[in-house]
Amino acid sequence: MNGARLEAEVEPRQLLVYFLRDNLNLTGTTVGCDTTSCGACTILVDGKSVKSCTMLAVQADGTEVTTIEGMAKDGELHPLQRAFHDNHALQCGYCTPGMIMAAAGLIQRGGDMSEDDIRLGLEGNLCRCTGYHNIVKAIQQAAGEMKSSATV
Amino acid sequence: MAQVVERPERYVGGGVPRKEDPELITGQAKYIDDINVQGMLWMAFVRSPFAHARINGVDAARANDMPGVVAVYSGADLADDWAGGLPCAWPIAGRSFPEPTTEDPRMPNHWPVAKDKACFAGDPVAVVVADSRAHAKDAAELVDVDYEPLDAVVDPERALDEGAPQIHEDLDSNEAYVWSMNNGDVDKVFSEAALVVKERYRHPRLIPNAMEPRGVLVVPAPAQEEYVLYSATQVPHILRTTLAMSLGIPESKLRVIAPDVGGGFGSKLNVYSEEAVGLALARKLNAPVKWIEERSENYLATIHGRGVIQDMEVAATEEGKILGVRVKLLADMGAYLQLVTPGIPILGAFLYHGVYDVQAYSFTCQSVFTNLTPTDAYRGAGRPEATYAIERIVDALARRVGRDPVEIRRMNFIAPFDQPREVASGLQFDSGNYGASLDKALDMVGYDLLRKDQAERRQRGDAKQLGIGLSTYIEMCGLAPSQVLAALKYGAGGWDAATIRCLPTGKVTVVTGTSPHGQGHVTSWSQIAADALGVPIEDVEVLHGDTAISPLGMDTYGSRSLSVGGIALHFAAEKIRDKVKKIAAHELEVSEEDLEWTDGKFQVRGAPDKAKTVADAAFSAWTAHSLPEGMEPGLEATFVFDPPNFTFPSGAHICAVEVDTETGLVDIVKYVAVDDCGNQINPVIVAGQVHGGIAQGIAEALYEEAVFDENGTLTTSHMGYYRVPSAAELPSFDIDSTVTPSSTNPMGVKGIGEAGTIAAPPAVVNAVIDALQPLGVNHIDMPVTPERVFSTIAEAKGGRQ
Ligand code: FES
Ligand code: FES
Repeated sequence: MNGARLEAEVEPRQLLVYFLRDNLNLTGTTVGCDTTSCGACTILVDGKSVKSCTMLAVQADGTEVTTIEGMAKDGELHPLQRAFHDNHALQCGYCTPGMIMAAAGLIQRGGDMSEDDIRLGLEGNLCRCTGYHNIVKAIQQAAGEMKSSATV
Repeated sequence: MAQVVERPERYVGGGVPRKEDPELITGQAKYIDDINVQGMLWMAFVRSPFAHARINGVDAARANDMPGVVAVYSGADLADDWAGGLPCAWPIAGRSFPEPTTEDPRMPNHWPVAKDKACFAGDPVAVVVADSRAHAKDAAELVDVDYEPLDAVVDPERALDEGAPQIHEDLDSNEAYVWSMNNGDVDKVFSEAALVVKERYRHPRLIPNAMEPRGVLVVPAPAQEEYVLYSATQVPHILRTTLAMSLGIPESKLRVIAPDVGGGFGSKLNVYSEEAVGLALARKLNAPVKWIEERSENYLATIHGRGVIQDMEVAATEEGKILGVRVKLLADMGAYLQLVTPGIPILGAFLYHGVYDVQAYSFTCQSVFTNLTPTDAYRGAGRPEATYAIERIVDALARRVGRDPVEIRRMNFIAPFDQPREVASGLQFDSGNYGASLDKALDMVGYDLLRKDQAERRQRGDAKQLGIGLSTYIEMCGLAPSQVLAALKYGAGGWDAATIRCLPTGKVTVVTGTSPHGQGHVTSWSQIAADALGVPIEDVEVLHGDTAISPLGMDTYGSRSLSVGGIALHFAAEKIRDKVKKIAAHELEVSEEDLEWTDGKFQVRGAPDKAKTVADAAFSAWTAHSLPEGMEPGLEATFVFDPPNFTFPSGAHICAVEVDTETGLVDIVKYVAVDDCGNQINPVIVAGQVHGGIAQGIAEALYEEAVFDENGTLTTSHMGYYRVPSAAELPSFDIDSTVTPSSTNPMGVKGIGEAGTIAAPPAVVNAVIDALQPLGVNHIDMPVTPERVFSTIAEAKGGRQ
């Protein structure tokens, strides 16, 4: 869990997103819908972006989970976090953690990062504030930086 | 840590990175669902599945037996908890402006939990309180309500039919009100005009979809009978006053806090059942009570927007010079009048002539109740409707007289002006240069090349046709002069407040009455204060959204925050500087006239080394050791600004679409926007507002609609069915601006929060119609879905055969 080992007992019916929020107090991961449509709850599980409202907490057993709280390292913002700030890619911020995690998954997956690739890759994440324009720019910037420094 | 920061010469006008971001990008923000307190109980609401049903009884026996359940209440059980129903603060009706009307609309009782009848699917009929979210939800499913379903009014055009079901039995009709205004001899102008163009437009109902659903947490302090109410709201101040009245709680005992709020778009500009019930139950149970809305619940329980049918007419000369505009609206109020429901169509009432110089103008709105979710403010509120109607019909007029849409606009524009100018609807526009933004937009989009491409495709009979759509919009913000609001029967004033507190160490606290939820006020207000007081931006702290910290305010909606709250800040800073000047003169032993404000300090003319900063004066004012005779210690000022006029942002948006005439698919190939919001405090924030606004406008034009079946059941009942566009559906935008400073306020600012949403729908729809010209299509309704394009083409072809 964000780089540390975690053992916990969970109720069988508990969704991963509520385990993160209610049990671990990791409230950076938000909830925006009840039909797995919005992507606000996106996190990384073993490096892949996953909507944490579609997964039971028990299913995360033995995996490596990263949430927005685990992105900054040693007080240094992750390139995506910095890029979102630099490019005004957030307004109310509610979709932002999910967007950043989805973008991290996208970059991790490799492949091209043209504007169209990014737009298609973000299809599962909704933002009502920004019109996505600056989000796409931010991800392009971060992807470029991460490629050149090979830090993911 | 103390870092000396160089101040730039000016923060205002620069794209200062947002101060709000650090917690939002690291997951440290505190939205309503992130706040929990010890011993907190959870509410879950039982909602009517029927659009219209009598409630014959509520049996809570099974629910009460469920684990963790504390109590279950029906509407009847809570009947004595209210001092009044949920408020409607804009009871407009009747006729005439500027003389105030004395008529009232039909105002139904609106109890937070329905007592005898449910009037829309989603109307709360009972509430369960339990020890956890899951327990409350489980038990709510076991509350047995004995409903007697009734016929429902679903179509606003059928609401006044003879024999239509009567929605509110305390009223004598399903008509809420009729409001009208008239300027000039409209009938004469229309009867004598060479030509009249008349069209009918429909605005679908829209679901606002702020990404954060609503929520409320009420924490009582029983010994003092005090309450702290946290709500995901745009309007903490309005909530405090109205909830105190609805519940009979002294306003001084109620503190309302808007924590981080995840977007609003008007949907959180309201006083909702769940907030009132939360407060009532915290009082009843002496325990903290929380409720978090689920998205599907939000689709029913949070207000919808638009829902208007327009009969729009223009009278014109043969050349296409517009002489008069006449509009009749039918507006769907939904089941109840929420906070400002009746006023929404009226917010557009003054703008149906757009940016065009006309002689005669009349506007009538008839508003009716239906058995659907109440409508209210959704981004733009009244102004997207007006802009859509006039911009569509100007294109229709251009087709009728055989002119280019650019030409028809240019020949009808109000000429540039920089001082208030009366327009046909009777208001005074503040300033405008409509041709300038259009010229710039045409240049950016490459209009002539697009027209060439279009002509070639038409010639070739291409399956993919190109269309170009214009929207030269106007809107009004800065709601507004309190006296005008009085004439419009708005229940509150249009002022806002700011306080500046200069701390002894030279740091500055700004308290604002606005309540941002994504707009970046903390950054913009810091820029304004830092420039006005000569301090580094890092030294300014901006506080908001808590009635205990900021007792005076009118909150955030209608793009009013900068042009009212920001101006209050400007004047508060002037008051501070006046006092600093007095202190400086006293300490430097010169007269005030000898001082000038340069480089962020008062210095003696000709002797720049003799100077006092605001920080110097703040310290002197705090020690109060040697202040001028009779001066109050401390350096603090409050200003309450009541604007003398609205502001009128405008601009030109141009959209180019490719329409696949075989599949009906519409693809936006270019979107250019040139907005004029007057002077800009932070152009980066302005651009962000424009992007988001355009996205919502395109969404209205192409994708979104709340659809109900004939029984009044919402069929687009969750996010999987209602098409909020993702990045994959939207293009990038090419945006720029022109600057025509407002004459309404000393900073010359206008407002930008809603511009994109107001401008975009007609630009997109005009483009689609333009693309389909060779096929003889002259009309299509929103949302322009592929199905609709396809069937419109089929119809046009059929019609021509
Ligand atoms: S909360 Fe919407 S997708 Fe998970
Ligand atoms: S920033 Fe508000 S939803 Fe994306």
